[in-house]
Amino acid sequence: MQDHATDTVADEAKGGGGRQYAEDHAFLRAPVDASRSAEQAGAEHGVKISTTDLNIYYGDFRAIKSVSAVIRSNEITALIGPSGCGKSTYLRALNRMNDEIAGTHMDGTVLLDGVDIYQPGTDLVTLRRRVGQVFQQPNPFPMSIYDNVVYGPRLQRRLRRDEADEIVEQSLQGAALWDEVKNDLRKSAMDLSGGQQQRLCIARCLAVNSEVLLMDEPCSALDPTATFRIEELMIELKERMSIVIVTHNMYQASRVSDRTGFFLLGELVEFGDTPQIFEDPRDERTDAYVRGRFG
Amino acid sequence: MSAEGRHLIDPRVTEKFAFGLLWLVMFIIAIPVVGIIGYMLYRGAGALNWELIVAAQGGLYPAIIGTTYLVLLTTAVAAPIGVGAAIYLSEYARPGPLLRLIRLAIINLAGVPSVVYGLFGLAAFVILFGWNRCLAAGACTLALLVLPLVISASEEALRQIPKGLREGSLALGASKWQTIRRVVLPNAMPGIITGLILSIARAAGETAPILFTAAFYSLSDPFPNSVFDPVVAMPYQLFVMSTEMPDVADANKWATAFVLVALVLGLNVIASIVRTKLRRRRW
Repeated sequence: MQDHATDTVADEAKGGGGRQYAEDHAFLRAPVDASRSAEQAGAEHGVKISTTDLNIYYGDFRAIKSVSAVIRSNEITALIGPSGCGKSTYLRALNRMNDEIAGTHMDGTVLLDGVDIYQPGTDLVTLRRRVGQVFQQPNPFPMSIYDNVVYGPRLQRRLRRDEADEIVEQSLQGAALWDEVKNDLRKSAMDLSGGQQQRLCIARCLAVNSEVLLMDEPCSALDPTATFRIEELMIELKERMSIVIVTHNMYQASRVSDRTGFFLLGELVEFGDTPQIFEDPRDERTDAYVRGRFG
Repeated sequence: MSAEGRHLIDPRVTEKFAFGLLWLVMFIIAIPVVGIIGYMLYRGAGALNWELIVAAQGGLYPAIIGTTYLVLLTTAVAAPIGVGAAIYLSEYARPGPLLRLIRLAIINLAGVPSVVYGLFGLAAFVILFGWNRCLAAGACTLALLVLPLVISASEEALRQIPKGLREGSLALGASKWQTIRRVVLPNAMPGIITGLILSIARAAGETAPILFTAAFYSLSDPFPNSVFDPVVAMPYQLFVMSTEMPDVADANKWATAFVLVALVLGLNVIASIVRTKLRRRRW
């Protein structure tokens, strides 16, 4: 798995700006990670989130059309599709971040552990702690690394010094950032590199014990090396949480994810095990997209 | 003009011409600024000394203290209201006709002549509230005058905070107010403070709003004991000196004017230092 990932990262680096999916099918030729398919064949992971007939509207525009899908625990689910296809909108429905955008409304259901997160009286604070989000542009707060990590926990209650110290160490360890910053915890988070900032944002979610991590193109602002580290981290993190990643990068989807959903014009065209989506897509639109014929 | 005619003038020539014209405009703007300050210095230099500034009797000291009281109280009134209104307008208010109307009203408030504020202050605070001519009435009047300034500067500062920071906070389970308190406001502070200092500078130099509401001239008892006492203020003292005191030496009047302008200028300089110092931030 790692070798494969390293190769494709290197390919990407060589490819420079124009990602030529059509010419370069490394991700299709690469053998599917054996342990991963064994795991998939064996244990079915529990359902973490399920959406049923989910429609999302921006004013009159129907951005998401009757999407029904299941996101499982301890798996990485990748959402791919061309720009404007609604995959980010779908992602943001899972922690109700769309509520922050004026003029959006939705129907259908989103269940988290079987409970409707859109039912009246849902506590957004609890929901968003359980379902954390990492954004496209790393967005550490302009404060110290330490304060960034304990930002979430401190919203709830005052922390004793030793509690806070422990949360910071554990979360940064979890986000594979501890070794790089343990001597600079008081340094401004703005001085970190883009990749470190993104891992800090992941650490922030770990600090509030997120059970689901929504990642909205988390690597699109990062260089290949930093991208690779995030991907490694994602594979580590899925042992303890469920991850949904929106990505424009099909190599990335094929490298890290267990299941992939292909969105087009607000529709979930196809959703299945990642190897199947990339090697044996059932819908011709999926086939065209993963072979780089459009998008 | 024929089609070819349009190309007859060499672009290098028009470039030079445009540059020259713009430079001239800049120069015309600079002349009065330099001229006014220079002329004040020239006329007032003879009287400009430490004695003039610190003398309790007939000097500028009471006026400087009075103006300081005025602007501090003005800030105390205008800052919470202005910043609060800005937070509401930029963070909470739903876009719509009502919000547009409020914004329009604020812009228009900024264009109301200051003497109108003075008359309003006289009618409202001095007469209606029965405060008489006093520090509190003057500060409230000045606060009304600078509110539009404070609100727009604060709104601008709040708008500068990237959406990503707000979303990052909300996505960690912060409420809107927690997000504003812990992320938005601390980072908008440099801009807000800059706006406040500029407002203070504006308030410090205004005469008309305090003319009927706060200012008086007294040699015997110039210092207010409470906010309900009248004050001696720099712009008003200058006004009285120039219009009602023919026996005061001209040099004194010019020196007073210079000190007032220097005070306002100084505040503006502080504002721009604060802005450059604190705004050197990356997101």
